[in-house]
Amino acid sequence: MTTHGSAPRSTLLRLATAGSVDDGKSTLVGRLLYDSKVVLTDQLDAVRRVSEAKGLGHVDLALLTDGLRAEREQGITIDVAYRYFATAERTFILADCPGHVQYTRNTVTGSSTADVLVLVVDVRKGVLEQTRRHLSVGRLLRVPHVVVAVNKIDLVDYSQDAYEAVAEQVNGIATSLGVPDVTTIPVSALLGDNIVDRSGKTPWYDGPSLLELLHTLQPEERVQGRPFRFPVQLAIRPQGAAAEAGLSEYRGYAGQVASGSVRVGDEVVVLPSGRRTTVSGIDTFDGELREAFAPQSVTLRLADEVDISRGELIASAAEAPVPTQDLDGLIAWLSEGPLRVGQRVLVKHTTRTVQGIVRQVNGRLDLDTLASVPADHLALNDIGRVSIRVSAPLALEDYATSRSTGSFLLIDPQTGGNLAAGMVRAPSGVDDTGSPDDVSDWSI
Amino acid sequence: MSTTLTHLQALESESIHIFREVVAELERPVLLFSGGKDSVVMLHLARKAFWPGPVPFPVLHVDTGHNFDEVMTYRDEQVAKLGLRLVVANVQDYIDDGRLLERADGTRNPLQTQPLLDAIADGRFDAVFGGGRRDEEKARAKERVVSLRDEFGQWDPRNQRPELWSLYNPRHRPGEHVRVFPLSNWTELDVWHYIEAEGIELPSLYYAHEREVFTRDGMLLAVGPVSLPRDGEVIEVRTVRYRTVGDMSCTGAVASGALTVADVIAEVATTRITERGATRADDRLTEAAMEDRKKEGYF
Repeated sequence: MTTHGSAPRSTLLRLATAGSVDDGKSTLVGRLLYDSKVVLTDQLDAVRRVSEAKGLGHVDLALLTDGLRAEREQGITIDVAYRYFATAERTFILADCPGHVQYTRNTVTGSSTADVLVLVVDVRKGVLEQTRRHLSVGRLLRVPHVVVAVNKIDLVDYSQDAYEAVAEQVNGIATSLGVPDVTTIPVSALLGDNIVDRSGKTPWYDGPSLLELLHTLQPEERVQGRPFRFPVQLAIRPQGAAAEAGLSEYRGYAGQVASGSVRVGDEVVVLPSGRRTTVSGIDTFDGELREAFAPQSVTLRLADEVDISRGELIASAAEAPVPTQDLDGLIAWLSEGPLRVGQRVLVKHTTRTVQGIVRQVNGRLDLDTLASVPADHLALNDIGRVSIRVSAPLALEDYATSRSTGSFLLIDPQTGGNLAAGMVRAPSGVDDTGSPDDVSDWSI
Repeated sequence: MSTTLTHLQALESESIHIFREVVAELERPVLLFSGGKDSVVMLHLARKAFWPGPVPFPVLHVDTGHNFDEVMTYRDEQVAKLGLRLVVANVQDYIDDGRLLERADGTRNPLQTQPLLDAIADGRFDAVFGGGRRDEEKARAKERVVSLRDEFGQWDPRNQRPELWSLYNPRHRPGEHVRVFPLSNWTELDVWHYIEAEGIELPSLYYAHEREVFTRDGMLLAVGPVSLPRDGEVIEVRTVRYRTVGDMSCTGAVASGALTVADVIAEVATTRITERGATRADDRLTEAAMEDRKKEGYF
């Protein structure tokens, strides 16, 4: 895109919400949508009609988000739902994750793309097992920011003591889990206190409202400080079908910059082959670029006649990962059947899918403590550490430093379904000089 | 040079990535193209994704036989201009030979599912790009970007694949296919801002024009061969435009003086009614109308 027309130059922030049953998460999301004025009259009318039909004394804002018939009938949220709202400065994509059964599956899914995890806690109940687990998942998935909305503050007469007791509990657990950035806010989702505007009923609280805070948090930026990584999606060779005369000899490699940036003339290496070349052009439909950065989708031309196909990685020649056939990672097991040693799987890493065999299960993560417990298999919603031997070298990187080149899927070769979400642990053979809280230092 | 994308640039980049992933992994994709604004934007993004190569798949139109003339003309012009292959599934053919029965209310949107599924099977299409957006409707908010359909074309909302990071998984068993929604994360306003920024041409009925209409269920319906006023419904000439484009018999116009994209953006930004709520009788049938149709294999 070259121009913007009248579109506001706002940035995108991706949120995930999670909470235990009855903590009021759907109400909070409904309130955020309602108060930021994205709920339109016909949607509200529909919710009002249903609220009345159910005999409720108030308009149940949770009905705005519970979209499936079964959800409305049972009064629960079953699946991750995506919501959109915008203010003058920001556009928000919100992944609304159910808190009950299959909690790990949903929270892992929502957290995988989130810049901010918003957890809802009932001030009267404090931190429950599920809250602790949601914090653990946020930590494992490396969500950059965590906000804990201490909800139903109206039901304890806006008590400062009640709020602070829960806030202290949250901060203690966050510290023990190594969650870097946690903020707590006292709110009433039902009545709107401290959601969009600061409430007059909590004079003892001098922090921002939830929406004010969401305006100040920065989306994940570290990808741009990282070395250049470009997984090739496909080769573009139009030959006789080229859009313009003179392009029939065109050969370019299409993909999305996963991290860092690249300029015309930069030296790059193609992995896993290790061939070196330079970038001779960066193309888009809208014209050539001098430089491309994450997460732009572009097409690269290379100086040498190298034959590159889908799944190869074009990386900064100065700082390239070492491809390996031994994958060591943490996985969230998302399938009904168990994971066992010897199992055959497909491994999808960036744009490359290869075969794999599970060599070892190296323990299961106790989500209450993030400590390892011995295990020889993993069941639905377990998180564990595994070793997998893959059929061809993968340019793996530690998930803690790169979400895009450090994440992978395990796929069932027979049904094609997703079995697990994986996070690469610092690959062997790579000098990892990360911070002390790296995945590699965890006890598991 | 700024190294932060605006939200519109980020959405464009994400959509291009989705198109390329699916084309790289599957054999026979097809793009649903109705001439409606979402399908037009989707096609524009597909051109960008594969440039300077051609759009590497055909387009499919499920023709209810109740389309607006302007939209059909626009469809044919675009197909010719871009050198695309157009596959048409005709609802009228199904009604003529008795495979489908005309509904009492004359609405043909619910009748599109069978011709759509047959066209997918006949073309052996394994990926079907659709212009659905999650902001449109509550059931769509739960939809994946890449969404599995079983051999009956059915969507099972309770058993969807978790979709992690941007690692889309379009794998499926023989007989199954995937629906792919590259505009999942776009809102109606984003689509209009993008149409403006990119100078994308749309069928003329998206902008204000004079038309003979009558009022039914609070909607302004065009007077045409398939949508005639009943007793007591008065025909009047109004200045209107369409927010969505569909079957004439159930797609309503809105009173509007918006002549340009900028006018439309100003209108959409201040409206208090969703585009489907304003203009689609078919979504009002029951509280879960869209969910029910999606389960059966609808778009």
